[in-house]
Amino acid sequence: MNSLTLHSIFRFFLLILVQVLICNNINFMSSVNPYPYILFILLYPVNNNRTLFIFLSFMLGLFVDIFSDSGGVHAAACVTIAFIRPAVLKFAFGMIYEHQSIKFNNTDFGNRIIYFSILIVIHHFIMFIMEIFNISNIILILQNTLFSSIFTILLCVLISILFSNKQR
Amino acid sequence: MQQIINFVIRNKTSLLFLLLFVISLALTIQSHSYHKSKFINSANFLTGGIYESASGISDYFGLKKQNDILVEENNRLRSQIFNGSDSIGTSFIDSTSFGGRYKMQSARIINNNYAASKNYLTINKGEKNNIKEDLGVITSKGIIGIIDNTSNGYARVLSILNTKSKINAQLKASDQFGSLEWDGKSSEIVQLTDISKFAPVREGDTIVTGGKSSIFPKGIPIGTVYGFELDISGDTYTVDVKLFNDMTNLSHVYIIENLDIEEIKLLENPIDE
Repeated sequence: MNSLTLHSIFRFFLLILVQVLICNNINFMSSVNPYPYILFILLYPVNNNRTLFIFLSFMLGLFVDIFSDSGGVHAAACVTIAFIRPAVLKFAFGMIYEHQSIKFNNTDFGNRIIYFSILIVIHHFIMFIMEIFNISNIILILQNTLFSSIFTILLCVLISILFSNKQR
Repeated sequence: MQQIINFVIRNKTSLLFLLLFVISLALTIQSHSYHKSKFINSANFLTGGIYESASGISDYFGLKKQNDILVEENNRLRSQIFNGSDSIGTSFIDSTSFGGRYKMQSARIINNNYAASKNYLTINKGEKNNIKEDLGVITSKGIIGIIDNTSNGYARVLSILNTKSKINAQLKASDQFGSLEWDGKSSEIVQLTDISKFAPVREGDTIVTGGKSSIFPKGIPIGTVYGFELDISGDTYTVDVKLFNDMTNLSHVYIIENLDIEEIKLLENPIDE
């Protein structure tokens, strides 16, 4: 087991605990919660086994679901963004991704925000559709998606700046 | 055969994605039907343990408020002892006044959700304390919900702030009853539907439980009428009820067990043949 694997395992459980013990209880303006646990999916090393990655994302979502009694909504959203991540990477980072040599610490800040935002908005949209499960409440779904996404994007960018190790 | 295997290997990522997505979709749909979300719930050994130790820390932050609530309740009970007949309406804590046989048990809430559209609470009592499904959960101020899942040491409560929840309730002044539901919008307001349009509803009236469900005894306070309107068909009122409980700040709850429930169920659903 190399240090990268250990690092990923540690991050997996730490993010779940932070999500269910702190972020699920923020309830800003009585209903807006951030979901920074998807940082695990956003920052997972790129050139790796995709099958394993999708399976890990499913487990991540399922754990959060078990803690927050929400059926399978987080699992579904996580699996989806894990599946479409390569396309979004290609869109946000362009040529660097083509050469399979991406390191999130060294990427351009603007590109990173675009990449985070796309995946987070898609994740939240799928999650709220499945949680509310009623297409006549589409306004409520969009409203929740918008507010939670802004909150999550801010948190994710902050966390990724704070914890990025700057060695080249 | 070779081609099928090749196809699977070539598309293994997409196939895995589809499989996992369908599994999570199935779990979601299952969680939307009452009494079916058995597998994925927070009343198990692992999540219950983590929530219990976390609430052991975070409980200190609400200690002052909880003390005030307990003092208030003590005060009310004390005044009942001293001037007996003054407080008939609020004496539901005393199990002899229900007419039926009820057993009370106290418990502590270790996880409380109120921001989603399907909210659950987790409490620190389970099967080893004789907690079963379909027991009612209340506080000194009003109702909280119904237990819908148990493990050995923990139980999950279906909150009244859950779009699946349906509880029989009535006006305190007259005996017109309806069912208490939630539209998922505000954590202070729930809806009482199917109240007959001939009922004398006024703003500020008290809403209590109806006693027709065999889970809650009759007369447990719920809230006051906040506003009401005729529904589309024009035959019934939909009443907005402002809850007595602050659902965002709960700690100590009571679990009510109706000791006659077996007999009532047997009578209502007689065995065939």
